[in-house]
Parts: sequence; structure tokens; C-alpha cells
Amino acid sequence: MEASSPAGLSATDPQLQHFIEVETQKQRFQQLVHQMTELCWEKCMDKPGPKLDSRAETCFVNCVERFIDTSQFILNRLEQTQKSKSAFSESLSD
Amino acid sequence: MEGGFGSEFGAAGGGAGGKLDPGLIMEQVKVQIAVANAQELLQRMTDKCFRKCIGKPGSSLDNSEQKCIAMCMDRYMDAWNTVSRAYNSRLQRERANM
Repeated sequence: MEASSPAGLSATDPQLQHFIEVETQKQRFQQLVHQMTELCWEKCMDKPGPKLDSRAETCFVNCVERFIDTSQFILNRLEQTQKSKSAFSESLSD
Repeated sequence: MEGGFGSEFGAAGGGAGGKLDPGLIMEQVKVQIAVANAQELLQRMTDKCFRKCIGKPGSSLDNSEQKCIAMCMDRYMDAWNTVSRAYNSRLQRERANM
């Protein structure tokens, strides 16, 4: 990554800046799709058949939903523990 | 991949008498992203289908292994599209709930 040139470009060109924001967002989406496909493939696919059967399809959809739930749960719980920790250390310093 | 991005970016940015062409840069970035995504898919698909279809590597890729790989590739694409759709609808739902 050349730190100077993209910053220079985006400062002079709002169109380009917008383009970069949109593409970055799209790329994050794609990257997570790659990751979840790989993960859910392990959970949902026994032996690849002539078509994706409905049982496997349901499994993939549930797998995506639960993966996102897991990620959000962990984020929330970490936030909670951080909050109670800092509340604890504040009460200590009082 | 390595080196390609920097050098082509540089050529697009500074090639034409030092004048930047945002349109050209955007086109090239789009191509680079598409290539990167194709490589990502290819790598993961190869890994998964090798695991599924090649039990014991023999002296050649035999007929049944080739059939298995072909089927595995199609199912992997189905899976990719299913995951993409499921993730997209989840995002839509969460946006609607905000």
C-alpha cells in the first residue's frame, strides 16, 4: 500500500474517493462470503451430488445466520466484559 | 499479484505526462479486484475438492476423480451463491431493523 498516493488522490477527487469506499465495502462482503462458504462447506457438504439438495441448502443458510450471530454475540460479550472491567477499575481508583 | 498492483497503479497514475486519470485507475482497480476474487475462489475450491475427491493420490487423475471434481466445482459455486444470498438478505434485514 502506498499510503501517500491514494490519500492524495482521494483528497483531490471525491468521485474516486466514493469509488474506493464502495469497492472496499463490496470487497469486505466478498471476503466474508469466501470465508463462510469454506466454513459452511465443511459443516454442510458430505459428498457433492449432481445438485445442491434442499437439506444442504437449508444447512448453508442456517450456517451463515449462526456464524453472524456468533460473531455478534462475541462482540457484544467482549463489550460487556470491557464495560464491567472498566467500571471495576474506576471504582477501585475512587 | 505481488508487485502487479503497484506497478500498474503507477503506470495509470503517472504515465500520461504526470496527469492522473481517475477513470483509468478505477477501471484497473476493478480488474485487479476481479482477478483477486477469482484467485481466492480458485484456491479455496481446489483445496475443498481435492479433499473431497482425491482419497489416495494415484499415478494419474482417473475418470471417477475427474467426475467428482467437476461435480464438486459446481456444488461449490452453488454453495458460494447460496451463502452470498443468505448474507445479503441478513444485511437487508438488519438494515431494515435499524
